[in-house]
Amino acid sequence: MPAPVIEATGLTKRYGGFTAVDGIDFAIQPGEAFGFLGPNGAGKSTTMRMIAATSTRTSGELSVLGFDPADHGPEIRAQLGIVPQADQLDEELRVIDNLIIYGRYFGLPLPYVKRRAEELLEFAQLTEKRKSRVDGLSGGMKRRLTIARGLINSPKAMLLDEPTTGLDPQARHVLWDRLFRLKEEGTTLVLTTHYMDEAEQLCDRLVVVDKGTIVAEGSPSSLIRQYSTREVLEVRFGSARNEEAAKAIAGIGSRIEVLPDRVLVYDDDGEAAMSAVHERGLSPITSLVRRSSLEDVFLRLTGRSLIE
Amino acid sequence: MTGQRPTELLPTELLQAPAPTVRGPLRGIYAGNTRSVVARGLQVMARTNWVVVLTGFFEPVFYLLSMGVGLGALIGTVEFYGVDVEYAAYIAPALMAVSAMNGAVYDSTMNVFFKMNFAKLYQQMLSTSLGPLDVALGEILLALFRGLLYACGFMVVTTLMGLNLSWTAVLAIPAALIVAFGFASFGMAITSYMKTFQHLDYVFFLMMPMFLLSATFFPIEVYPQGFQWVIQAMPLWHGVDMIRQLTTGLIQPSIWLHVLYFGVMIVLGLWFTTARLRALFLR
Repeated sequence: MPAPVIEATGLTKRYGGFTAVDGIDFAIQPGEAFGFLGPNGAGKSTTMRMIAATSTRTSGELSVLGFDPADHGPEIRAQLGIVPQADQLDEELRVIDNLIIYGRYFGLPLPYVKRRAEELLEFAQLTEKRKSRVDGLSGGMKRRLTIARGLINSPKAMLLDEPTTGLDPQARHVLWDRLFRLKEEGTTLVLTTHYMDEAEQLCDRLVVVDKGTIVAEGSPSSLIRQYSTREVLEVRFGSARNEEAAKAIAGIGSRIEVLPDRVLVYDDDGEAAMSAVHERGLSPITSLVRRSSLEDVFLRLTGRSLIE
Repeated sequence: MTGQRPTELLPTELLQAPAPTVRGPLRGIYAGNTRSVVARGLQVMARTNWVVVLTGFFEPVFYLLSMGVGLGALIGTVEFYGVDVEYAAYIAPALMAVSAMNGAVYDSTMNVFFKMNFAKLYQQMLSTSLGPLDVALGEILLALFRGLLYACGFMVVTTLMGLNLSWTAVLAIPAALIVAFGFASFGMAITSYMKTFQHLDYVFFLMMPMFLLSATFFPIEVYPQGFQWVIQAMPLWHGVDMIRQLTTGLIQPSIWLHVLYFGVMIVLGLWFTTARLRALFLR
């Protein structure tokens, strides 16, 4: 097995009395798409910043591309592509110059950077916007430009912090398609997300983080298998009656979760669970059988939903 | 359509970013690539900021015309190191020092504040292999470049007006740069503490009395001894006296003291700024 690209043991970050990251362990293999899944404030972005050596750890071990980020920041970042949560593009420069100047920050030769910038514009489907001002781009275009910019140094690993947050569904799919291509070419992707579907789409393996600790680790499908049932029945009785109805259907399925607006019944056979509910004389306002997702895993592990 | 052919290059054609080779105590904060920061600044300056540069040039010229020529007609001459100097020639070097200070402070406070808090420019730069010292040095060099433009422009005007009394006046240009360097290196560090635009007012509140009282328009001998010491502790007085010695040709041994003052200011300012950038962006 090749050496991990990024490896952390007992990684901890404290800000004063607040512990943002609390002793986490993980190892990311070359070519892998690795995700940190968790709600806002779980410590995902802090972890990303420690990997990028733009934040120093309080304790624990961290190795990025064989270096210790505590004193090799520039060497590490030379081989990373960083896509921050807010796009942080250079609004005083045109689209193409954003790529060229960024390449120069890495100390790459100008003729190479110019050529590479054109190719990356094409990759980001922004060739027509070559000479545009950055503030005129749509949210999806800005994010694609940020990703293209992060590729200018041909990084060994891409760090993507919430890559599709704030984008409309179509723009998200375009972006996922681009990220898939990178993955196919063997670029290691490290991403944070609080979207289940994104984690399921992109990640080979992920860790579920909550309050600075890792609560589970595995591939999306194995996590679902381990922590949830194959199917889920969602029933709504109206917010006032959900608690009461949940008591009445106790025993159906392997587990029941009561959320403010609905009751989730975990059962490998959702239709059978639905019949059982009806047999007890209950008639929910709406009901729906769906496949289990990482949302259910998260709910099971933390007792809370991911998007609050 | 763009998606039809593979857009990536073959791996052999791709260049990895060179690993920074800085060793020793600067490792981790300096990548030796300040020129890319300067290149970015020049590109932006060439396209958008040249009007600001132009206005900065005219300010001391107007002061010189109103105070030097206007007031100068009433005042006549002022004594400087035992020699009577025409009033306009007395204040011209001071205005040059002031413009170096203003340009550097404006650049390292207003501009840096905007880039730090709104444009998030430094976060972008520090997502690459650049270190905080590359960024700090680059921004300071840009402020100096602007100072150089002001100084050269002003030099042309004062030469045409016959206010440079000695060949040593040429050295006033590097001297103005030293002054600008001192202020710029500190300005950026101070800006890093600012949270709102109102905080910038404190800076200008400090600069105003320094501008008016640092032997700019009259010799400091008019003050009581104690207050003279206060003025002589201020950086602008050192700048004014240094440049005035050069443009009048009345060079004193004390000029080395002025150079030393700014040398110390530059080193401390750079250290301070780098420490602040580190604290802000690499915490």
